Amino acid sequence: MTAHTLCVQQLSAGYGDRLILEGLDLDVLPGRMTAIVGANACGKSTLLRSMSRLLAPRGGQVLLDGKAVHRMAPRKLAQVLGLLPQSPTAPEGITVADLVSRGRHPHHGILSRWSRSDDQAVAAALEATRTADLAERAVDELSGGQRQRVWIAMALAQETDLLLLDEPTTFLDIAHQVEVLDLLTDLNQRRGTTIVMVLHDLNLAARYADHLVAMAAGRLHVSGSPDEVLTAANVRAVFGLDSRIIADPTSGRPMMLPIGRHRMAGA
Amino acid sequence: MIADAVTAGRLRRARYRSRVIWTALALLAAGFAVTLMLGQSFTPPQDVLRVLAGHEVPGVSFTVGQLRLPRAVMAILAGLSFGLGGAAFQIMLRNPLASPDIIGISSGASAAAVFAIVVMGLDGAAVSVFAVLAGLGVAIAIYALSFRGGVAGTRLILVGIGVQAMMQSFISYTLSRAPSWDLQEAIRWLAGSLNGAQLAQAVPVLLSLLVFGGLLVLRTRDLEALRLGDDAASALGTDVGRTRALVVVTAVGLIAVATAVVGPISFVAFLAGPIAARIVGPNGSALLPAALVGAALVLAGDYAGQFLLPGRYPVGVVTGALGAPYLIYLIIRVNRTGGSL
Repeated sequence: MTAHTLCVQQLSAGYGDRLILEGLDLDVLPGRMTAIVGANACGKSTLLRSMSRLLAPRGGQVLLDGKAVHRMAPRKLAQVLGLLPQSPTAPEGITVADLVSRGRHPHHGILSRWSRSDDQAVAAALEATRTADLAERAVDELSGGQRQRVWIAMALAQETDLLLLDEPTTFLDIAHQVEVLDLLTDLNQRRGTTIVMVLHDLNLAARYADHLVAMAAGRLHVSGSPDEVLTAANVRAVFGLDSRIIADPTSGRPMMLPIGRHRMAGA
Repeated sequence: MIADAVTAGRLRRARYRSRVIWTALALLAAGFAVTLMLGQSFTPPQDVLRVLAGHEVPGVSFTVGQLRLPRAVMAILAGLSFGLGGAAFQIMLRNPLASPDIIGISSGASAAAVFAIVVMGLDGAAVSVFAVLAGLGVAIAIYALSFRGGVAGTRLILVGIGVQAMMQSFISYTLSRAPSWDLQEAIRWLAGSLNGAQLAQAVPVLLSLLVFGGLLVLRTRDLEALRLGDDAASALGTDVGRTRALVVVTAVGLIAVATAVVGPISFVAFLAGPIAARIVGPNGSALLPAALVGAALVLAGDYAGQFLLPGRYPVGVVTGALGAPYLIYLIIRVNRTGGSL
């Protein structure tokens, strides 16, 4: 697999009169897993949407292999870069197999016909997400965890080398969160897919990501390995929260324990 | 093998879908044949065929060639246009209420047509051009009025219903100014009627179906991608802005050209999509089937209005009687599900 480079240079972006990102720089590590963390409304989703051409930059640019993504043909870009938005809508009554097949969209022109290789890509996506036995079920009757796996399967069927995910674990219980992150790690390790995801849970982000990006107020506060980024000082700066960082005994990665006003031992 | 199961499922859906389409085509053809043969009197099929082949058959040429044939052809072409245009809007905006005849686009085209007929004394193609321009103008106005850094479906529909009311009052005002000899014609046209249909009128509708309808159907896959939400559609490589613009122009074109000729036959655009979606189910896009359902609705509605009901009604009255209860049902359902439309 060729390693694609994705980098953000001096990016400013926003909605209406409001500028949310201001002069942000970020180099995505090819073939690795990057997690973007930060407080609510710090611009995480805006960054992801700008990186995938959904939002035009006000200033600066996003370069995929040196070319500005906003000037690339949408279909060409979608063959290399996939995005799972935060709350996609499943059409009423659509079956899992049909929804996952929609992932093949960028590989088809107006008149091209569906082929066996499309079926194989869909099958591989169903298998990787363990949703093959749900294939003929309607998406709206699935549980939250199953539905999220189906959406990820759609993004996998797109067969892109880069995959961006906006909070793929929200609304899932902890077991399903771990399952989704394990699934993404499989994808990263087996296919070498570069993954960039916005995550809410700092500890899961530190455990699964190779590269942690912490944002505050529309700017990149700090980025680096989880050990470099997840420090009490950074948590204080980014979230305005006191904390203690210990080594997670199960993974060896850093783990954040919040310090509140109550229930503190010895306080 | 999972891939084999995927292939099998896909083929099964495709087979189901083509069965639906072929059955609908067969039913339409049968309906077309019946309306040519059976009206006030019965015409044997061999006579109908001879008239269609261009022969002069005494006593039959007029009824079949001049009355029934233009009417049936017009019913099918207008129904195809309304069905396609209506379903395109509903799919694009992910809402069955977002049909052009609910959100004021059909009324805009009607208002322009009435103005052109009554005040400017135009007829024929000039009226169509007027209707198309006004339909596009109204569509753009609704879009602009409901734009707040993006277009939410609910806001667009509410704005559209307001525009619809404005257009209706404009129509009433124009009619109140009309000389009485134009008035009857204008009112019958407003109800949506195939009375006095002529084959020559079918030409612009056929052209609009070939051009606008063709473009729209070729883009079915992009239109379907919009159903996943704008972000997901865009992530899948659909140019959302361009697809929207294309759908609006082609769907408004289809609706407005047909409206200029036969009047705004009520609720056909509104009903065809949901009926088609119910029949096709999760087996592919409802766009093309909606066209066939639209044609069947107009053909059957017109026939019922002429021969099956006590008294004679224009087709718009019959389809209106079908559509109104469905509109009420939809609004009640929306109300129950918390108004998220």
